[in-house]
Amino acid sequence: MATLAQPERPAARPTYAEVTRDIVATLGNPGRTWYIVFALVLVILAWGAGALLYQVRYGLGVAGYAPPVMWGVYITTFVFWVGIAHSGTLVSAILFLFRSAWRTAVYRTAEVMTVFAVMTAGLFPLIHVGRIWYAYWLIPYPNQRQLWVNFKSPLLWDVFAVTTYLIVSTCFLIVGLVPDIAAARDTVTGWRKKLYAITSLGWRGTDQQWRHYTRAYLYLAALATPLVLSVHSVVSWDFAMSIVPGWHTTIFAPYFVAGAIYSGCALVVTLLVPIRKAFKLERYVTPDHFENLAKLLLLTGMIVGYAYAVEYFMAWYSGNPYERAAFWNRAFGDYWWATWTMIICNGFLPLFLWFKKVRRSIPAMLVLSLFINLGMWFERFVIIVVSLSYEYEPYAFGHYTPSWVDWSILAGSFGWFFMWFLLFAKNFPMVSIAEVKEIIPMPRKERAHA
Amino acid sequence: MSAAPGGVLAGFRQVDAAAQAIRSLKEMGYRDFTVYTPVPNHEIADAVGHRVSPVRLWTLVGGLTGCVSGFAMTLWMSYDYPIVVGGKPLGSIPPYVIIAFELTILFGALATLAGLVFHAWRSHRAAAYDPKFTNDQIGIFVPCLAERRGAVQQLLQSEGAVEVRLES
Repeated sequence: MATLAQPERPAARPTYAEVTRDIVATLGNPGRTWYIVFALVLVILAWGAGALLYQVRYGLGVAGYAPPVMWGVYITTFVFWVGIAHSGTLVSAILFLFRSAWRTAVYRTAEVMTVFAVMTAGLFPLIHVGRIWYAYWLIPYPNQRQLWVNFKSPLLWDVFAVTTYLIVSTCFLIVGLVPDIAAARDTVTGWRKKLYAITSLGWRGTDQQWRHYTRAYLYLAALATPLVLSVHSVVSWDFAMSIVPGWHTTIFAPYFVAGAIYSGCALVVTLLVPIRKAFKLERYVTPDHFENLAKLLLLTGMIVGYAYAVEYFMAWYSGNPYERAAFWNRAFGDYWWATWTMIICNGFLPLFLWFKKVRRSIPAMLVLSLFINLGMWFERFVIIVVSLSYEYEPYAFGHYTPSWVDWSILAGSFGWFFMWFLLFAKNFPMVSIAEVKEIIPMPRKERAHA
Repeated sequence: MSAAPGGVLAGFRQVDAAAQAIRSLKEMGYRDFTVYTPVPNHEIADAVGHRVSPVRLWTLVGGLTGCVSGFAMTLWMSYDYPIVVGGKPLGSIPPYVIIAFELTILFGALATLAGLVFHAWRSHRAAAYDPKFTNDQIGIFVPCLAERRGAVQQLLQSEGAVEVRLES
């Protein structure tokens, strides 16, 4: 043993004090790069907001909608962002219930991403309805005609599912954050101490507080788990409940849920790489974490690839000429490029993840994650736009080309998401202090004497 | 923050030492002490020996309320202004299951949060505190009269406290 070199210090297990120090060090002055990126994000957001104002002023006609395609980029992007939101709760709630220790270092990023992704997604139905100022009609409130909303419509199920998801995932995020803010409060000085003193809600980690907290967290996780599976199922029923060829299938719910977790985990990877680098968290977010995320990506990617295959198989096997025509059109029609982008990015590229070298290579994971999300956006585009453009009646076939307003609002949604994300990363711990400590055993008397 | 009562505040680094100190305190008859830990810890929780948190009752009641109100709202609204949609019965249970499900989760989660806030607030005791207790130390605060502080201090020190201070 004497000949072996001592392991390098960073590889050793950090102590509690080091965890607090390293993670609290990520708060505060984020450096020039942060401000440059933030300014860029604000410009993109302003551009998108300008496009939205233009659309509000001149009407939905500027958005490139042409019958029969009345669901375009906005609904595609809505489904995209709701999908992104799913891995957060998977990592934070489902892996919590499975007592999976590796989640502790990455779950905060995933959870923050979830909340802001739902906030982004929630804007799109409003943008899509055109007259935003009537969006409150979706809420069942007593109006003067005593007329209620239509609870048999999948679109209304969506209102309930997405709203519930936003509220519950926000609760979950805040509850998880409180002990960490308290730890930061007890370390920092200046105006931040005041901010954290208020936002830590008087947390001190007393026996009574933990007693209620651990139970509450467990039940929140137990409630969030079926919720996360239900939300994207409900979103998929927006399509599956109608009779459009390419939409009306029973595999949509599991297919969408797998796709959602797939795209969400990919965005977690995309976000973790720069966070890890910028905040010097190499010691906490290790290649092991990327490998675990890669395995999740591989699993869900295989499910998604299988779902694609089943869709094509069923189109052929059903003998339904409309279904067959719809799928032939997907692969070889006007939108062949969208379909093949989706199949290559989601079906073939994740096959690289079978190799351990790829799973443990951070640059490779970053590149793959970007392609996966490109593919996932196109998946929704293919399902929504291509199916609508090619229904039953040849006379009613159509073509939809997104206009500059569509693209600007899509870009603006990334601006909106990253604005919140960057603000959060600057002011609150992106890695959970308490939970990272939890997987490090506390020092003991016996061992100390030994 | 209300002013903390006088007593003894001790910091421990070792979890089993702190757990033993808690058991000894209980043997001496102290019940109203406060234990601080940076993370939830089973050993400490077992030593303190609280019953299971009543928060779970809030979750149950909240969830059931959500479920009942989901069905009640959808059914009542369907019959309050009857419109037949898609030839389906006015009160169609299958689609309403989705609304009831979502409200079960929503009310359950909000009730859990309310329960957490309520019980954490109600069980709050004014006690001395040290910022190290969210970092890497386990803290025990024992409120006691001035004449008993010496004995408590001695006990905590003998159990392995790294620092003990008297609070008045």
